Amino acid sequence: MIATSEHSLERTADRLLEPKDAVPAACFHCGEPCRDESLAREGKNFCCQGCRVVHDLLAESGLDQFYQLNEHPGVRVRPRQTAAWEFLDEPAVRDKLLDFADDKMARVTLEIPAIHCVACVWLLENLFRLHPGVGRSQVNFARREVAISYTPAKLKLSELAALLDSIGYPPHLTLGGLERRPRDGARRRLWLQMGIAGFGFGNIMLISLPAYLGLDSFSGPFFRVVFGALSLALALPVVVYSAGDYWRSAWTSCRQRIMTLDVPIALGLAALYVQSAFEILSRTGEGYLDSLAGLVFFLLCGRIFQRRAHDRISFERDYRNFFPLAATRQAGQREESVAISQLAVGDRLVIRHGELIPADAKLISGPACIDYSFVTGESEPVSKQAGEHLQAGGKQTGGAIEVETLRPVSQSYLTSLWNNDAFRKEKHSCLYSLTNRFSRWFTRIVILLSLGAAGYWTLRSGLGTGLRAFTAVLIVACPCALALSAPFTLGTAQRLLARMNVFLRNILVLETMARVDAIVFDKTGTLTMAEATEVRFWPAEGHRELTREEMDLASGLARQSAHPYSVRINRHLGLLSSPVFEHVREVPGAGLTGVVSGREILLGSPAWLQRQGLPAGACPPVEGSLVALAINGVCRGTFSLASQARDQADSLVRNLAGRYELALLSGDNARERDRFREWFGSGSRLHFNQSPLEKLQFIERLQKAGRTVMMVGDGLNDAGALRQSDVGVAVVEKTGAFSPASDVIMEATQVGRLGDLLDFSRQSVRIIRLSFAVSALYNLIGISIAAAGVLSPLIAAVLMPLSSVSVVLFACGMTTWAAKSLNIYQS
Amino acid sequence: MSVIVILILASLSVALVFLGGFIWAVRSGQYEDTQTPSMRILTEPEGARKTKPTSDTDKLA
Repeated sequence: MIATSEHSLERTADRLLEPKDAVPAACFHCGEPCRDESLAREGKNFCCQGCRVVHDLLAESGLDQFYQLNEHPGVRVRPRQTAAWEFLDEPAVRDKLLDFADDKMARVTLEIPAIHCVACVWLLENLFRLHPGVGRSQVNFARREVAISYTPAKLKLSELAALLDSIGYPPHLTLGGLERRPRDGARRRLWLQMGIAGFGFGNIMLISLPAYLGLDSFSGPFFRVVFGALSLALALPVVVYSAGDYWRSAWTSCRQRIMTLDVPIALGLAALYVQSAFEILSRTGEGYLDSLAGLVFFLLCGRIFQRRAHDRISFERDYRNFFPLAATRQAGQREESVAISQLAVGDRLVIRHGELIPADAKLISGPACIDYSFVTGESEPVSKQAGEHLQAGGKQTGGAIEVETLRPVSQSYLTSLWNNDAFRKEKHSCLYSLTNRFSRWFTRIVILLSLGAAGYWTLRSGLGTGLRAFTAVLIVACPCALALSAPFTLGTAQRLLARMNVFLRNILVLETMARVDAIVFDKTGTLTMAEATEVRFWPAEGHRELTREEMDLASGLARQSAHPYSVRINRHLGLLSSPVFEHVREVPGAGLTGVVSGREILLGSPAWLQRQGLPAGACPPVEGSLVALAINGVCRGTFSLASQARDQADSLVRNLAGRYELALLSGDNARERDRFREWFGSGSRLHFNQSPLEKLQFIERLQKAGRTVMMVGDGLNDAGALRQSDVGVAVVEKTGAFSPASDVIMEATQVGRLGDLLDFSRQSVRIIRLSFAVSALYNLIGISIAAAGVLSPLIAAVLMPLSSVSVVLFACGMTTWAAKSLNIYQS
Repeated sequence: MSVIVILILASLSVALVFLGGFIWAVRSGQYEDTQTPSMRILTEPEGARKTKPTSDTDKLA
């Protein structure tokens, strides 16, 4: 992740430095513009040595088909650095990473975010042609993972990682990745259960057909026995294996005395099987085994539909997934790469541009400018002097710095947040879901009705008829359609939302979302963009806009300083010529001065310039920080630096303000309070300088006041609040990027549509209620037939699938329609 | 008419073979990743796989 962001920074920087008029040739490998043609060969241009090396390597190995699969499939490469991966050969790290290892063969699964197209899949799966030590490699595109088997004797893990790195696919290794992932056995089992139920359903229906069509008369009683026995045998695995989860769940519910929907389902299944077995063995009828198998099959289909996981998205991440697996340690004159888990207190680390500070540390040397926007929510990078304390999680911007660790990684200030109770308790209990609230009275009514029917028929025509009526009511009331309503409605909603890059942890999140009445926003990274700053120049009265020469003067002076404002002004203006500065002086907390060929340039706070006798004139009509510029004793104007709001963020907040209780919790300072006061209106609470723990406690207080709270945030400092809230929405710049544990993960471009999302969740819940009504209607019809004692197997066999299928169609159709009318889903 | 019993047994055993195929497919993980195979099929050129990965690596998968 770090490597990629570094690349993109480099790319932007490269683009800025390029003259705008010339159209540079695109690199044959990665498609990036080339600076010159010095690396061109055989009419193919390359942007860097790395790309050419990879191209040559691929051509040599006969893998040039790579370039036919896509126009510029390659990923921009860095020079090969085996040393950077050496930590992977530490037994402690290696053993945790490997899925499997013996003397001859080892297998490892690596996450590679750079996988982005067909050609990537193809190249990575042909890795064995690049090195004899590599065996089979298999890509999982959805997870951006590759599983590689290799021969440890021929290839070390570090060499494998370096090989991947050298062709532009550096593995993304985080501290959290060392934790063993539990194998997802549940999903496989569900497929098997559904397959077996489907098998039973189809075959039992086939052999039940003669009975339904009244063909008994000429096939004779012999076939009845054979078919009956076969049906019983086929239904047995369906009841025992496929429906196993329902038995277990119903048993648990009974022990906890909670009426979940699984109780009437299990009762219905039991009644079906016992009644059918009795009829078949006593040769009094043919039973309802096809209905039984069909029921289980449909129920399991619903489960599979609802269990759909978004492979690339992890909702359980914590700080361990944010930290890299290794850091660069200074060992005497040499630099070595070391696993973070092996770091000791007092180690000297080298942190380069864009790298994270892995543990609380003291700055030893170098101008540190640390970006804490993701960790604390502060929008401005912080300058630090040697000797100052650096918190873990900050990202260095600018040159390399040297630090000395003060505390182990697990005891840093940042990571201590995860010791809060909020992270220990299980967050969502499905017991409060709509389906289960509905089923509480449903189950009671069904049991009462069946007992009533049994009593009535026993009194009228004896115990036998009474028992039959009892089971018939249980069978027909088996709430199959009811059980399918919520999974299919919410499952469809989840799927449609995923198309607009909004991902739900599970389908019950939508139900909770429909109840939300208070929304808490984070500022940096959520309502505003963390990295982008809007820099504008406001000429002083009676002056023109800056000329290119003046821009270079200001930009050149700004480049002399590591102050965040200077960095931003420099980045905004760019630099075409490099003026030579003399006597550059930085006054801390005030500004910069420098002299270029006799002209004095001042860049600093308007108050400081004022004190120098250079009034900046009227304040520009914008929020944010101001930096004034004076050239040759004349104030030219003021730069304004404001964090840039996300698209539609203001209209979103204004829209929601009337309907929900809103609050803003920011880790940043109160500089922009007025701007947000205007957005949020006077009734909302705005809190600045909030620590992660204060954010969590704020949510807790709202909840104690009876609110259902949605927290919208992005950074690690929101992790506690996201966890504590009823619905935690994490905002990510890019799908698959790190986000703290949450219930919803949303791509940043969709933040403005949060209001639609809330409306959609309420619509979905309304649809569930409607489909409950539809399925209850079917049950009512069935029960009245059954209570009258005339339920034939044929009616059961028709009614059951009919009700299920129609409810499923209703739920899916209505949800899609609702999504279309809210513009959530574009076909 | 008793030939029906044989026919039913035959059809059931065919169905069982397919069920076995399904169970094998689930067990070998073919339902875990449904996206990559659809991309892989685009890139496999006819007869280009001269050097297959060695067989001892296959059994690990």
